[in-house]
Amino acid sequence: MNAEQISGEYNFAYLDEQTKRMIRRALLKGLAIPGYQVPFASREMPMPYGWGTGGVQISAAILVPEDRFKVIDQGADDTTNAVSIRRFFEKVAQVETTEKTAEATVIQTRHRIPERDLHEGQVLVYQVPIPEPLRFLEPSEVETRKMHALEEYGLMHVKLYEDIARHGEIATSYAYPVKVEGRYVMDPSPIPKFDNPKLEMAGIQLFGAGREQRIYAIPPHTQVVSLDFEDYPFQRMKAPKCCDLCGAGESYLDEVITDDAGGRMYVCSDTDFCRERREAGHVGALGVAEDAA
Amino acid sequence: MKDMTDIGTGPLLRVEGLAKYYGARVGCEGVSFDLYPGEVMGIVGESGSGKTTLLNCLAGHLAPDAGQVLFDRAGQLVDTVTMSEPERRMLSRTDWAFVHQHAHEGLRMNVSAGGNVGERLMGLGARHYGKIREQAVDWLGRVEIAEDRVDDRPTAFSGGMRQRLQIARNLVTGPRLVFMDEPTGGLDVSVQARLLDLLRGLVREMGLSAIIVTHDLAVVRLLADRLMVMKSGQVVETGLTDQVLDDPQHEYTQLLVSSVLQV
Amino acid sequence: MKQEQGGTMISVQDVSKTFTLHNQGAAVIPVMEGASLQVAAGECVALVGASGAGKSTLMRMIYGNYLSASGRIMVGEVDVASAEPREILRLRREVLGYVSQFLRVVPRVATLDVVAEPLLAVGVTAEEARARAADLLGRLNIPERLWGLSPTTFSGGEQQRVNIARGFARQYPAMLLDEPTASLDAANREQVMQLIEEAKARGAAIIGIFHDVEARDRVCDRAVDVTGFTPAKVA
Repeated sequence: MNAEQISGEYNFAYLDEQTKRMIRRALLKGLAIPGYQVPFASREMPMPYGWGTGGVQISAAILVPEDRFKVIDQGADDTTNAVSIRRFFEKVAQVETTEKTAEATVIQTRHRIPERDLHEGQVLVYQVPIPEPLRFLEPSEVETRKMHALEEYGLMHVKLYEDIARHGEIATSYAYPVKVEGRYVMDPSPIPKFDNPKLEMAGIQLFGAGREQRIYAIPPHTQVVSLDFEDYPFQRMKAPKCCDLCGAGESYLDEVITDDAGGRMYVCSDTDFCRERREAGHVGALGVAEDAA
Repeated sequence: MKDMTDIGTGPLLRVEGLAKYYGARVGCEGVSFDLYPGEVMGIVGESGSGKTTLLNCLAGHLAPDAGQVLFDRAGQLVDTVTMSEPERRMLSRTDWAFVHQHAHEGLRMNVSAGGNVGERLMGLGARHYGKIREQAVDWLGRVEIAEDRVDDRPTAFSGGMRQRLQIARNLVTGPRLVFMDEPTGGLDVSVQARLLDLLRGLVREMGLSAIIVTHDLAVVRLLADRLMVMKSGQVVETGLTDQVLDDPQHEYTQLLVSSVLQV
Repeated sequence: MKQEQGGTMISVQDVSKTFTLHNQGAAVIPVMEGASLQVAAGECVALVGASGAGKSTLMRMIYGNYLSASGRIMVGEVDVASAEPREILRLRREVLGYVSQFLRVVPRVATLDVVAEPLLAVGVTAEEARARAADLLGRLNIPERLWGLSPTTFSGGEQQRVNIARGFARQYPAMLLDEPTASLDAANREQVMQLIEEAKARGAAIIGIFHDVEARDRVCDRAVDVTGFTPAKVA
């Protein structure tokens, strides 16, 4: 079965136009109220929950044939999840795909923000497992909605308090809660807190939680503040190493076990960023210089 | 010298014609009273007499079908039934406190003792970990919980400790009115005594007003200044605690008092 | 309120009392009628009469512990027979002391704190209140090693003395004493006599029930026989 055959049986980008309109309305509302979780009628997608159904529906609702689409999972373009979603849209939307952050118009991501700053016009679509930042301590949806409505956010600091009491520091290292435009407390999805400062960006950020049926958004250049205590201020965190392939010292690193004898290496989690650096001639401790030719 | 029930000052709480119905059944009806600063009022009656319904209506947990619950704010009596929900919620984590019979309803069981006490402070905007923790430790001390338990979760506490923790969690923001629903229920007698003593001390030191719902006449004898006796949703008798217990006027109160062992 | 020597402090005016026993066919039992008496500041009046004549009942009515059916009971400027609970509470805190025959306290509270409590209730510092409590417990021969324990574990005589210490902790302008010398040995009885005399000397108006005739004759200025207040029907 080839791509044309399959796409012929589906509407552009898989979802029907009514559904796309419904999702776009939710997206517009989300952009109008930054950080607010908009309920939406999440559809069944041809993939299981937890594989990014929320993000996929948002991408499907906003893609146009002229878009260049990039998908990353933990920063990498070549992981199973990223590959399958990219191939899905190649089939059902025939959009051009790319691994280059700079060239993409829509980037769907799981657990990372690309190292390279996004520019105006780019859209970053997040896959979100649990959109409710207060869920950790308050199981009732009725109650958490009320807390958002009334800006009763003391509970969020209780979580951070517990971190410090137990670990001596704010040990939350991913899905680190933020306050958007001084109003809504938001879960930035499980990105490492290293990425939190990048939430203030020129691109549009859209968040989709398929199973939980929630959409939220951050418009470009919106204030996003990571919650903290006066005496325990927010701190970015990454492994204190340089990328063993490209030598970058400022990028977020993955630790890779290389053998059974405890051998390990650190590499950029953003594969595109790493590749670009290597192509530009940067070499890390274990790297091999790119053939200039 | 402080004078906690200065005759010259107005009531802290004024309840007028409060009623709550469950369909055709009366939850409580025609309840009116004034509570003055520093006063502790007990509400007694058997199970189903409407005392817990009344308490929940007073504390804003249930919406009454009729009547007013007026609370003093800066010298003005404000109706808490008709005020906006945000205002009422703000009230219930600043000027009001609610101590539940079952500590697990009033505590976050998966949060440390310090976090439980600190929550109201953080809810009011406290953002300095060290100071929040300091206050939490101070309050744990006041309810006789050792400082080294500050990072333990209430699941590791005994029933009496949990109840004391719940009290600390409620009183840390210096409320003016505390609602208590069977605060000593389910505790051993010796633990009850300790809790009663603690509550008496806190009420006196902080000049608290309190409304205590209980079926235990010994508890009100020791804690409450005044008593309200309820039966079938109606208030059948009110008065000074010792007067109501020693010279009960209403048939039901006489039955209630004569039914218990010597208090 | 600063009472003058000789001014009326307690005034019972034509008071009556009935008990309605709902559990016994709503029987209405009149127990007192036309009760009247005056006590001046600095005066001690004994209530006398046979057992069951209503001495304790009248005393409880003056304290607000029993309701009055009619009449006025003025203590200072408060009519106990018609006052709101909080007025009576204030009266008890500031004006009217009561030494009953029974000690009723929270079980685990230390004796020293039990005695100091009336002082703490009016805002006296803990240090001052404890010092006064220690002084009284010492006078009433409660061994210091017991002060840290709860009086609920004490003997009857010890409990009675703790109760007296508590009653005299504050210098009330008016006091009600129900058998303050019962079950006391000679030395402690003497201490209680002295406490009463000191209270009178500073102008307290006192009403007491004393079965101990010798004690009554020593501290009381006159006696009122409550038998005269017994309703005709039951008399």
